[in-house]
Amino acid sequence: MGLISTISIWILPCLIGFVLLYATFKRVSTYEEFVEGGREGFSIAISIIPYLVGMLVAITVFRASGALAFMIDSIKPFLTAIGVPPEIVPLALIRPISGTGALAMTTDLISTYGPDSFIGRLASTMQGSTDTTLYILTVYFGAVGIKRMGDALKVGLLADLVGIIVAIIVVTIVFGSSI
Amino acid sequence: MVNLIWVFMFVFGILYAAINGTMEEVNKVLFKSAQEAVTISLGLISILVFWLGLMNIAKKAGLLEKLSGLFRPVVKRLFPEIPPDHPAMGYILSNMVANLFGLGNAATPMGIKAMEQMKKLNGDRDDASRSMITFLAINTSSLTIIPTTVVAIRMNYDSMSPTDIVGTTLAATACSTFAAIMIDRYFFHRRQRKRRS
Repeated sequence: MGLISTISIWILPCLIGFVLLYATFKRVSTYEEFVEGGREGFSIAISIIPYLVGMLVAITVFRASGALAFMIDSIKPFLTAIGVPPEIVPLALIRPISGTGALAMTTDLISTYGPDSFIGRLASTMQGSTDTTLYILTVYFGAVGIKRMGDALKVGLLADLVGIIVAIIVVTIVFGSSI
Repeated sequence: MVNLIWVFMFVFGILYAAINGTMEEVNKVLFKSAQEAVTISLGLISILVFWLGLMNIAKKAGLLEKLSGLFRPVVKRLFPEIPPDHPAMGYILSNMVANLFGLGNAATPMGIKAMEQMKKLNGDRDDASRSMITFLAINTSSLTIIPTTVVAIRMNYDSMSPTDIVGTTLAATACSTFAAIMIDRYFFHRRQRKRRS
C-alpha cells in the first residue's frame, strides 16, 4: 500500500514538471500557451450546466419520491433468484445513475458489513470497476452540445450490467471461500 | 431513448410521490438539486482551466503526437473513422492514460477536447458519431488500474488489506471494458444494417 499511495501522490506533480520542462526545451512559450488553452475551460463548464441540471433534477425527483427504492425492491427477488446477494442490489442499480449516491452506498455497505467481508469486498469491486454512465454521458455530450446520444446510453448501461455480473463472479471465485 | 428515460424518471417519480405522500420531499429537492448541478458545473471550471492550459502546452510541445504515435496500432482499430494523425487521437489517448492512473480530474478536460475534435470530424452535427459512442463506452466502463477512492474508504474502516480488491476490480474492469467495446460494435453493425435496408 505504501508504494501505491506514494506513486499516486507523486504522479501528478511529476507529470506537470515533465510537461513544463519538455515544453521549455522545445522553446514553447509555456505561460502564454497555458493561459490560451485554459481560457475555454470557463465556457465549457458553463455549457454543461443545462444538461447537468436537467439530468440531476430528474434523478433526484426519482430518488426522493421513493420511486427508485420501489423499483429496486420490485427487481430484487429476480436478482436474488439468480444469485445476486440482496444487500448489493441497490448499489448495483444506482452505480450507473448517481455517482455520489453509489459512493455513499458503498461506504455504508463497507461500514455495516466490514471492509473484509464478502459484501464489503464485492461493494468495493463494483464501485471501482464501473463509472457513473449517466453522468459521463451528460458531461461529455453536454460539453460539445450534442443532444442526440444515439446508442451511447444503451451501450453504456449494458456494459455496466456485464461489469456487475463479472464483479459478482470474480469476487465469489477469489474471496468466496474465505467468509 | 434519453428523452424517454428522462421523462420516465420525472413522471414516475411524481406519480409515486402522489400515491405515497412523499410530495413534500420531492418539492424540497427539486430546486436544491438544480442548484447542486450548477455547483458541480462551476466546480469543474478550476479543473478544466488548469488541465486545458497544461494540455495546450503539451500539444504545442508535440507531446500529444508522441503519445498517439506510441499507441497508434491499438487505437487505430478501436476508432477506424479517425485518421491516425488527427489531433482527436492524441486527446483520446491522454484521456485514457489519465483514466488508467486514476486522474479523473485530468481525464475529463482531455475527454472533452477529444469530443470536440470528433464533433469536427462528424461535420459539426449535433448527433453522436460512431467514434464518440465507442469513446464514451470505454469511458463509462472505467479504466482505472488502482481504485484510489475505494482503497481510501477501506483504509478508513480498518481493512486488514485495503488493496486486496485491486485484483478483482482490475478483472471486472477489463471484462466490462471489453464487453463495452463488443456491445458498441454490435450496435454499430446493427445501425449499418438498418441504414442499408
